[in-house]
Amino acid sequence: MSSAPERPPALLVERLHKSFGRLEVLRGIDLAVAEHEVVCIIGASGSGKSTLLRCINLLEPVDAGRISIQGVEITARGVDVDGVRRRIGIVFQAFNLFPHMTVLRNVALAPRKVLGLARAEAEERAVGLLERFGLAEKRDEYPDRLSGGQQQRAAIVRALAMRPDLLLLDEITSALDPELVGEVLDVIRELASEGMTMVVATHEMGFARDVAERVCFLDEGVILEQGPPGEMLARPREPRTQRFLQRIVSAGRW
Amino acid sequence: MSGGADSTHAQLLVSRRGSRLLGSRERGSVVVASASTVLVFGLLGYLVVTAPGWSRVEQAFFNADVFAASFPDIVRALLVNVRLFVFAEVLILVLALALAVMRSLPGPVFFPFRLMAVGYIDFFRGVPGILVIFMLALGVPGLRLPGVSSDAFLWGVIALVLVWSAYVAEVYRAGIEAVHPSQEAAARSLGLSRLQALRYVVLPQAVRRVVPPLLNDFIGLQKDTSLVSFVGVIEVFRRTQIEAGGAFNFTPYLACALLFLVITIPLARLVDFLAARDRKRQLAGMRSR
Repeated sequence: MSSAPERPPALLVERLHKSFGRLEVLRGIDLAVAEHEVVCIIGASGSGKSTLLRCINLLEPVDAGRISIQGVEITARGVDVDGVRRRIGIVFQAFNLFPHMTVLRNVALAPRKVLGLARAEAEERAVGLLERFGLAEKRDEYPDRLSGGQQQRAAIVRALAMRPDLLLLDEITSALDPELVGEVLDVIRELASEGMTMVVATHEMGFARDVAERVCFLDEGVILEQGPPGEMLARPREPRTQRFLQRIVSAGRW
Repeated sequence: MSGGADSTHAQLLVSRRGSRLLGSRERGSVVVASASTVLVFGLLGYLVVTAPGWSRVEQAFFNADVFAASFPDIVRALLVNVRLFVFAEVLILVLALALAVMRSLPGPVFFPFRLMAVGYIDFFRGVPGILVIFMLALGVPGLRLPGVSSDAFLWGVIALVLVWSAYVAEVYRAGIEAVHPSQEAAARSLGLSRLQALRYVVLPQAVRRVVPPLLNDFIGLQKDTSLVSFVGVIEVFRRTQIEAGGAFNFTPYLACALLFLVITIPLARLVDFLAARDRKRQLAGMRSR
């Protein structure tokens, strides 16, 4: 991480605050993610994991604090929001594929309309990615004909087709049947091994231990504790982290 | 004539129930349904025909000679309504979509546009269609403005467009609001602009959802085309009045009613079919999840 000190982090979140009405969800988040780093965010439901990711993608306006991508602040006034989102991919818990389009069109839409690629070029890119992730024969199917795992893989492919610098994954296995979780996590493992910079909100502690270089425990709107997964998950310092991990273990989610 | 209509109706009911409710083991119920239908309608028909005064009703409403004499002219006049309908409907679909989009624009900047859309829709949905037709088709030509047409057909189309685009805009808006916000979030997260998200992701899903209610409004518009008769356009209703007055007989009205039904009943069945198909699709979608 310190090999190139002059290089700005891929993602830098500084003192980020976000409230919904009177509920303060994020109360001063500080987070730096280096290029090619995989950071997992863990924490109880409602602790603000999704909100943090949505703020980074500018889907939620922030109340205070700054977010920068490769040293350029994206929360500044007058920033080209669409331009920022072009460089940040996000995959949602509920897939959010476009139900009225085939898988191929789902993937090729943004490259065509946002990057301005010709149809053939966009579809070539889409087909290449679909082949790589085992969805080639599903290209002409509509999303409702796919299993949950296939839908989520298609959603990942859709985000990758924009060749993002940073990928945000928001509880992407939470809506899946247990037997389908593996195929989706395999995709993420592969992306991690290729050096994709990722921020992953997850409940899958085993997965976090495997792929994350750092695990952050989000609690009551702040990152209470963070560290390499080996230390964080095995020997948490904070009592609240210990209690959270205890609950996860006893719920059989490890 | 009426006997024929009855038997197609009976067929329709039997076939729909047969395909949905009656399994192969219950084929006997089709026979029962048919027998009971024949019996009930036969009895009703007998009661009507043998009622005192039936011959006078038959003479005034079901006169075959008058029917044969007036029918061709009435059919020809219906073409005026079809033209009114087609011109109006095309414009309505476009204007209503623009209004619905205007009303759905978020943020304080677009407040005046939302205000305009809401005002328009409230006004034209709230006043009787016939009033708008009179105001435009009689009032505007009365101004004698240079270069402004006084064609009643034209103003009739414009009035129908103004009134019905308010209804149809609300149908579209319901469709837009029924598309889950996560769809727009997904589109925006890929870098699509607000307009692109609307154009490629939200509107296609919204329009698909509202096809059945849109067709319902088509039926309403088709019927409302006869209101234009009151400002001097000789369309099917006016022609019917003329025929009925000439023959001192009400049979032309029956012919006119039949013609409307020939158009509106297939539309109604189409609405049913599409709604049933949507329901089935939604159930299938839920099962896959």
